[in-house]
Amino acid sequence: MNSTLPWITLIAPLISTVVITLFTLRWKRVSSSISIAAVLVSFTCSCLIFAHSTIAAAEFTWITISGIFHVPLGLTLDPLSRTMAVLVSGVGAIIHIYSLGYMRDDEGKSRYFAALSLFMFAMIGIVLANNFVMLFIFWELVGFTSYVLIGHWFYRDAAADAAKKAFITTRIGDFGFMIGILMVWMATGSVVFAEIAPRMSGLTNHPTFLTIAALLVFCGAVGKSAQFPLHVWLPDAMEGPTPISALIHAATMVAAGVYMLVRVAFVIQSSQTALLVIAWIGTITAVMAALIATQQNDIKRILAYSTLSQLGYMVMAVGLASNDAAMFHLFTHAFFKALLFLGAGSVIVMLHHEQNIWKMGGLARKLPITFVTFTVGALALIGCPPFSGFFSKDAILALAYEHNTAIFAVALITAFLTAFYVIRALVIVFFGKPRSEIASEGRESPPVMTVPLIVLALLATLGGFAFFARNFLTPPFEKDVAIVVLLFAIVALIAGSGLAIPLYRNRPSEPLDIKLLRHKFYFDEFYSWLIRWTQELLARMSAFVDRWIIDVAAVGGSSRGTWGIGALLRLIQVGNLQGYVFLFGLGIVAIIYFAVFR
Amino acid sequence: MITLSDYLFVSGILFSIGFAGVMLRRNLIIILMSLELMLNAANLSLVAFSRFRVDPNGLPNYSAQVFVFFIITVAAAEIAVGLAILVALYRARQTTDVKDISSLKF
Repeated sequence: MNSTLPWITLIAPLISTVVITLFTLRWKRVSSSISIAAVLVSFTCSCLIFAHSTIAAAEFTWITISGIFHVPLGLTLDPLSRTMAVLVSGVGAIIHIYSLGYMRDDEGKSRYFAALSLFMFAMIGIVLANNFVMLFIFWELVGFTSYVLIGHWFYRDAAADAAKKAFITTRIGDFGFMIGILMVWMATGSVVFAEIAPRMSGLTNHPTFLTIAALLVFCGAVGKSAQFPLHVWLPDAMEGPTPISALIHAATMVAAGVYMLVRVAFVIQSSQTALLVIAWIGTITAVMAALIATQQNDIKRILAYSTLSQLGYMVMAVGLASNDAAMFHLFTHAFFKALLFLGAGSVIVMLHHEQNIWKMGGLARKLPITFVTFTVGALALIGCPPFSGFFSKDAILALAYEHNTAIFAVALITAFLTAFYVIRALVIVFFGKPRSEIASEGRESPPVMTVPLIVLALLATLGGFAFFARNFLTPPFEKDVAIVVLLFAIVALIAGSGLAIPLYRNRPSEPLDIKLLRHKFYFDEFYSWLIRWTQELLARMSAFVDRWIIDVAAVGGSSRGTWGIGALLRLIQVGNLQGYVFLFGLGIVAIIYFAVFR
Repeated sequence: MITLSDYLFVSGILFSIGFAGVMLRRNLIIILMSLELMLNAANLSLVAFSRFRVDPNGLPNYSAQVFVFFIITVAAAEIAVGLAILVALYRARQTTDVKDISSLKF
């Protein structure tokens, strides 16, 4: 059954962007209403699509080069994209509403909502795209909106730099992604997912080619989902407004990488080597980010590193060839991470944009709703039963336990570290005595901010239960999670929290000081060093080419050559008329000889 | 009986004399005269060609004779310009010897 609903879902936010940018930039209230209306339309439509599984979208032809290349404008509607569309537009809607409170005094509110709508358009586009070309275009579009929104407060240098860093870093991954798409197209002759999938099985002749193609496609996800070694942009992206951090840099855009991997699983799973690399990259990211998070002081950065770490889990699941586990974790993570960010946003706004956890403290009584909901999010994040994170994380742990013991061990350490740093943040922010003036004056946020928190807290609590998973997703596995895994996970959880609580209770400042972790393994320093030297090398090479090849050889050479030949030739100007006549006669004789006798 | 080759022989001798004159004499007036001699050597051979190339009607081929008129005209123009330059040169340098006129060299 063809229907316009999927197209409305996609186009509504775009219309909102256009209207806001062209007409209502000056009326902030109108702009925000339009934007929220658009996202609600999208949400309603995607719920309807979800409810009626027979709905299909009309397909249009876009580019056709007969025989080689055709790109339709079409939408995929399968259980995966239906669920994801509901998730994206649902979390998006909640965050739009929350933004009303968070951005209420902001000068650029219209611009903010326009960009937010554009982001919703692009993100729903990624979710629904049915071919690589559309996917890539929307992929770049979310990159662009992410840039705009991170740099929303562009007059702050840190924000402007972070925006550039995010854009450029993800571009590196996207470049690989593009080549990967081209390679897949080369191998199968199609860019449409539904056409590629059956053809992949026939391509067993060139395993190396497939591995490279799969890894290059994975590159896109490395950039967008901030996996090691392109993870450096995500923590810096926290310079953007907190709702943006929640929506783009926690719940949806960064998860787009994982979603994309699941969407093109037929490419990824065609190569065992690629799968192994992906699994290990996910694992490394998870443990590295968790280690760094234990030593951060900025509440948003802690959450950013935990996002990295959880994305690592998802990528690990993809690498272990279980799309369901990855999507399950993506699903629950979207709720509890958005919740944590919005909770952090609530704290930050009440403390007049103070983000250092060592200036907070004792906020549990001042912001009770925020405290309760944040705790729910934190418990879900560390995988405490019966919150949603418990189910999804255990699904991944069990998967790792079955397939690869080394990965399982690292994942378990990550679980321990996660419990440690989350409880650390919770204890420092909400318990003990206020550590600064503003912390003692904080009061609860307005309902426009707390209601989304409560909704998300409910979802984060319930999101993991089997009936939820069964209705919205294919459940990871029907058989029970191995009891050993459960046991291990709970031990890790208790050990982590048990270590953090006594260590950080009533402390005025950080008791541990691990330089390596505090400086994030010196990745930023290393990259800037690398870039500096690459640039230096390139500059030296260009200087060499300019100075010696262009200046000396090309320019100087031609001038000196002309001069030298001139100097030689003027020697034959002897000034003797008879001499000239003689040469002239010789010339004539030579010409006659060549013309007549040869 | 005078044949074509006789005419061409005379023409060749005249041309050689002219060329030798241009090559060997130092006086510019003589050189100009020698040039004229070479031109007239060419005229002679052209006229001879014309005379000895007869079409079926018994008429000579006039194209060569037309050439000769052109050469005479050009030669007249050339000698006019050449003598004018010579006079100007003599006024400037008081000499017509080519050995003394060698300032256009490296």
